[in-house]
Amino acid sequence: MNAPERWYLIEVLRGMGVSLRHLVRNIFHQDEMPTLQYPEEKRILPERFRGRHRLMKREDGTPRCTACFCCQTACPADCISIEAGEREDGGEKVAVRFDINILRCVFCGFCVEACPCDAIRMDTGKYELADDRREKLIYDIDFLLNR
Amino acid sequence: MWVDVTVVAALAFAAALAPLMSIPLLVWAERKMSAFIQDRTGPNRAEILGLRLGGLVHPFADVVKLITKEDLTPERADRFYYTLAPFLALFVSLLAFAILPLADTLHFGGRALPMRALTLNAGILYILAVTGFHVYAVVIAGWASHNGYALLGGLRSAAQMVSYELALGLSLVGVVLVAGTLDPGEIVAGQSGVLFGFLPRWNVFLQPVGFVLFLIALFAETNRNPFDLPEGESEIIGFHVEYSSMRFASFFMAEYASMFTGSAVAASLFFGGWQVPWIGTEALRANAPLVARVAFGALAAFCIVAALIAQGYKGRLARLYRDRRSREATVLQMIFLFTAAVSLILLAFLSTLPPWGAQVLIALVQGAFLLGKTLAFTFLFIWVRWTLPRFRYDQLMGLGWKSLVPLALLNLAVTGIVLLWFD
Repeated sequence: MNAPERWYLIEVLRGMGVSLRHLVRNIFHQDEMPTLQYPEEKRILPERFRGRHRLMKREDGTPRCTACFCCQTACPADCISIEAGEREDGGEKVAVRFDINILRCVFCGFCVEACPCDAIRMDTGKYELADDRREKLIYDIDFLLNR
Repeated sequence: MWVDVTVVAALAFAAALAPLMSIPLLVWAERKMSAFIQDRTGPNRAEILGLRLGGLVHPFADVVKLITKEDLTPERADRFYYTLAPFLALFVSLLAFAILPLADTLHFGGRALPMRALTLNAGILYILAVTGFHVYAVVIAGWASHNGYALLGGLRSAAQMVSYELALGLSLVGVVLVAGTLDPGEIVAGQSGVLFGFLPRWNVFLQPVGFVLFLIALFAETNRNPFDLPEGESEIIGFHVEYSSMRFASFFMAEYASMFTGSAVAASLFFGGWQVPWIGTEALRANAPLVARVAFGALAAFCIVAALIAQGYKGRLARLYRDRRSREATVLQMIFLFTAAVSLILLAFLSTLPPWGAQVLIALVQGAFLLGKTLAFTFLFIWVRWTLPRFRYDQLMGLGWKSLVPLALLNLAVTGIVLLWFD
């Protein structure tokens, strides 16, 4: 500490100069403030942002999922539960039930990486998932396929 | 007789209302200024019919929230004193304002009407006595809570406030010596005229050291940063740990009210109170129509500037919001333009004033000057709070007893010697 710093009235005035500068700048340039007015303004998400899941369809409209249980096995949060069933035309297996408990999901993206058929993706960019009942936050296959 | 009664009643009402009305304004100013100093936007969500007024609606929302919150009393607290303390704090912080003159004395038909609620020739002593009472509220709150931390907080505050009261009183004695009276009315009236040909003859120029000491002691007396150890909102536990709901809010209302009252005292005793710089009351009254024109012109100019600023916000609001908030700037612009038009019309038709009109007008102008000076001080209070860190307790005591009190005594001695020399 040099002499003016030890006699701190001067330093006090300098500090007040700093805060005054911020005050004046922010009053006159409110639109340059880094704050986003959230519900109205939203951040631009990066391309690889992991949002809510969706299930993909084949070209004929049937789900691509073959109920191989890879995603369920890979899931560290244990939030996916699949029930496999027969396909009407005798082809591959198909998921009869495909539930994601979004309350347990940690958005790690392992399910997407595990999937051999590119049936599950997390590219919806949706992150406002709040709801008023727990039951509504267990997404079923219809919801995941179509919304 | 009835004129006196009405005037005193009106003044008492004004004296109680001014600090009370300042509370929501100061809360808003504090939140908004702290936000801007820290590069945030601050409150801007609460709205009434789409009008948000830059967050000015938030204090009302706060009040609704605080009133409807659960009001707890600790089981073993002393219920009477526990309830008394917050309201005592608020009451005491409103009291000192009554002694301050709001304008020069009015003369109606040979009758003098002093523009203050309480005419007391020992007014300075009254101010010191009343601010001293604030200690009781704090100590009672700490004791009645039946909580060790609250008690310690109360003790800490009592020590602080009593210590700084000494410096506060001593720095005021300098002003009393210069003015030669204890009456705030006369102290303010004595600050008219000019010093060295260019400075307004305010006590701050005659007592610069006294003013700095008074200001520092005032910060400590009102428990504001950097001396806010009694409250220590965020870190240390203060005397009001046990309080909740509106009783808790009362302490904060008291803090803001005493901030306003303290600012008014500082403005009155050191910055000439209602004195318009360089221009005396007689000159103002003689040129009342001109003063009225300047006042209305200034109001119109202010409104037009505000309307222009609102114009700049229109596009931004419309882009951001899709609801009624987007029309806020338009509505405010209408109000500003209407006010500007009315004051311009008044400006055009105003040529002469009756003598009583001139007196009332000048009184209003002087009141506006007092208000402006007071608000400048409250600005300083808030500005300091969001700049400086808090003192440690021993630093606080060291500053009070080892720096402020000796300096105040020295200032007193020098003032006395200089006064003797010139007499």
